[in-house]
Amino acid sequence: MFWHTLGYIIIVIGVLFDLLGCIGLVRLPDVYNRLQAATKCVTLGTAFLLFGVFLIFGFSSTGIKSLLCAIFVLIASPTGAHALARGSHKGGVKLWDGSVIDLYAEDTLSDKNKGD
Amino acid sequence: MKYIGEFIFLLVLWVLLTWSLEPAQLIVGAVVSIIIIGLVGDVFLMQPQRAFNPRRVFWFIVYIPFLLWYILLANLDVAYRVIHPNLPIRPGIVKIKTTLKTPMAKTFLANSITLTPGTLTVDIIDDVLYVHWIFIKGKDMEDWTKAIIGRFEPILRRIFE
Repeated sequence: MFWHTLGYIIIVIGVLFDLLGCIGLVRLPDVYNRLQAATKCVTLGTAFLLFGVFLIFGFSSTGIKSLLCAIFVLIASPTGAHALARGSHKGGVKLWDGSVIDLYAEDTLSDKNKGD
Repeated sequence: MKYIGEFIFLLVLWVLLTWSLEPAQLIVGAVVSIIIIGLVGDVFLMQPQRAFNPRRVFWFIVYIPFLLWYILLANLDVAYRVIHPNLPIRPGIVKIKTTLKTPMAKTFLANSITLTPGTLTVDIIDDVLYVHWIFIKGKDMEDWTKAIIGRFEPILRRIFE
């Protein structure tokens, strides 16, 4: 019973983090900032959710699957965010106007000029 | 040797996922493992013998709760910025230098950066990491490097190098 209650509490916390991540997706200004919200809040939220499921089902088929999925999410989510950020930058997506600095653009562009 | 290690790892993963020890399941698992190793087997584990070094395993076990703690802090930080009415962000892409050498260590460093407060790795070129930071503090590369990876580098060096 204790593990059940704890599991449900953790699932609720996970859903709250997911909600905050989604609010972040709507409110933040550009691709890169939105990825920040998507990788942090949503990764932890989903990992919490899956961990809660593991606590409720224990060492059974469902429980172990959700635990493994939590580990995969923790590994795959930052990797995917990295690929998306790099892809958008190479594809020419500009940073938000309020951004203070973009050393990546400076460096990669100067490399291109050297090539010419 | 390397492929046998990968095979055992994949088969254990398969058994955990299916959660049964029936011969039919094991045979399917073995076939799938062999196909996966045939496709991408040469990508992983440059030096498998390192994985069995107890000192590295110990530091890896220390690293996990350490990382989880910073992931939690990261979430509270981003959550605070998202629900604050004025949206207190000061974003940009900065450059930091790492002293880690092996690809595995750099991968873990990049993923750790992405999971922790307000930072997102955009690209790695040699030993320079380009990091998108939601609220930039400090003025030059030394400040940034210290603030972003100062706490991870020593532990990752003990694990992977």
